[in-house]
Amino acid sequence: MTRNVITTWIAFAVGIALCAVLPIFGGNYTLRLATTVAMYAVLAQSWNFIGGLAAYPSFATAAFFGLGAYISAVLQTKGVPLYWTWVLGGLGAALFAAFLGGAILHLRGHYFAIASLVVAEVLRELINTTPDLTGGGMGLNVPALKMSVGEQAQFFYHAMLALFAISLATAIFVHRGKSGFALQCIKQNEDAASILGVNAYAYKSLAFVLSAVFVGAAGGMYATWTRYIDPTDVFDVLLSVKPLVMVLLGGVGTLLGPVVGAFILLALEEVVWRNFLTMHAAALGVIIVALVLYLPNGLMSLVREIARRRGRA
Amino acid sequence: MIYLQLLANGIVLGGLYAAIAAGFSLVWGVLNVINILHGSFIVLGSYIAFFLYAYAGLHPFLAIVPAGIVLFALGWALQTVFINRVVTAPVLITLTLTFGLDLVLNNAMLVAFTADYRKVNLATPLPALELGSVFIPGDKLAAMVLAVALTYGLYRLLGDSNVGRAIVAVRMDREAASLMGVEVKQINAITFGIGALMAGAAGALLSIIYPISPINSTLFLGKAFVVCVLGGLGSVPGALVGGLALGLLESLGGYALGPEHSVTLSFSLLLLLLFVRPSGLLGRRGYE
Repeated sequence: MTRNVITTWIAFAVGIALCAVLPIFGGNYTLRLATTVAMYAVLAQSWNFIGGLAAYPSFATAAFFGLGAYISAVLQTKGVPLYWTWVLGGLGAALFAAFLGGAILHLRGHYFAIASLVVAEVLRELINTTPDLTGGGMGLNVPALKMSVGEQAQFFYHAMLALFAISLATAIFVHRGKSGFALQCIKQNEDAASILGVNAYAYKSLAFVLSAVFVGAAGGMYATWTRYIDPTDVFDVLLSVKPLVMVLLGGVGTLLGPVVGAFILLALEEVVWRNFLTMHAAALGVIIVALVLYLPNGLMSLVREIARRRGRA
Repeated sequence: MIYLQLLANGIVLGGLYAAIAAGFSLVWGVLNVINILHGSFIVLGSYIAFFLYAYAGLHPFLAIVPAGIVLFALGWALQTVFINRVVTAPVLITLTLTFGLDLVLNNAMLVAFTADYRKVNLATPLPALELGSVFIPGDKLAAMVLAVALTYGLYRLLGDSNVGRAIVAVRMDREAASLMGVEVKQINAITFGIGALMAGAAGALLSIIYPISPINSTLFLGKAFVVCVLGGLGSVPGALVGGLALGLLESLGGYALGPEHSVTLSFSLLLLLLFVRPSGLLGRRGYE
């Protein structure tokens, strides 16, 4: 056990050191990749609250991401200070999740999955039909930052990394705390948990809100970063599916699983993009199928299995 | 009377929606699998009809037979090779699996057929039907009649044939059915095949109405979702009722609010219905 704790701390220290030296040695391309990994890790870590801990199959990530992106982008065009637009993007998504959770968290299984999937479609259509405020299907241009390209790469890398650190800290807090235990109880048997006095509704809502707040802020950062958003881009259904794939890759309900998954998914995506440009969706599909059939508990389970065998020998 | 025309449009649309959703509903009800592939199956059926008409002159209404056979074989194979291995796993797993398979199929169609919209232009269209002020294009009406006939055929298959009774038995209780000698895995594969067959046949019918492109698959999938939840999952009459309800809603609602809001309207209705009555208009409790 103590060895495990030491390993975890070493892993953390190495991770922090790597993050710190990257901007010194890496070029803009490397920084862009690192920013994307951080963003993916935020999405995966967030999904893990509702999908991993509580085992509610949420497909609402795209809705939160797009909502946060649009809130932030519209506020930026109105001249609100940049950091505030990100904060408000996150809070707006969280508030939306609180209301939405009140409506759909009583559903289970397939019905919850579909209801959460549909939300992004409704929001996309709403954006499409309100061109005066949001630019509609034409998309929305976000004011550019007054920085050089290299400075921007550094800036967004650090911003996304900070957001990831906050989401990870929250995840550690929840996993270790009472709410994490309550969510695990809900995962195992929700009815039994309610009978034993766990306020299932409150904890599910908390998990759902947590799965939205950082995603909304990430959406806001993404809008500033790419300087242009449109409804098909930020409400893309793949944004709902990738977090789930990353968590499956890394390991459901674990702390480090989402981070590991984010790294692997981005690495795979880069390889696939470079070699099979027209077939990249199919390649992602093949990865998903292989993952579901052969490694449903993620790579972390494999690592743990190997460690266990070694410990026994 | 504009409202009679809207009513007629809604009913025609509704009959087609019933055929789109019947197979999806069957797979969901029996296998407890949300088949994300369903939309791509429909598009594939449309392409089969398109190419048979373009190169062999086969009328799309007759193409439902080859499209149905090809899609049945594809569905049967996918269930046997992939989905049967995880069919009893939690929702997340099966849904993710069909999503992954759909990425592959849809991407393959994009590469093979490109994203360009194609349309079957019939050389000899049927004459339109005019009843007073109501005007219905003949081919659309015929497609709707065939779609309802297909749906009815599925209903009879489930009610009257041995295979159909076995499918219903698996739906009611997988383990009990297996104890009674039903080969559950085989029935799973046949059910998924029938679901794909319905999608392919519906796709062939739709090829004369909608433009054909792999991009449209999510549109059809969305319709199947809404119809399924409206009517109650797993029941064929539910698909018919849900289809008609959605068709009328889109026709009348599109007129009242403007056609650009019809998608928002149907999805908002879906969310509302999930909130108040998750088992659907005709559904029984206990399947949510």
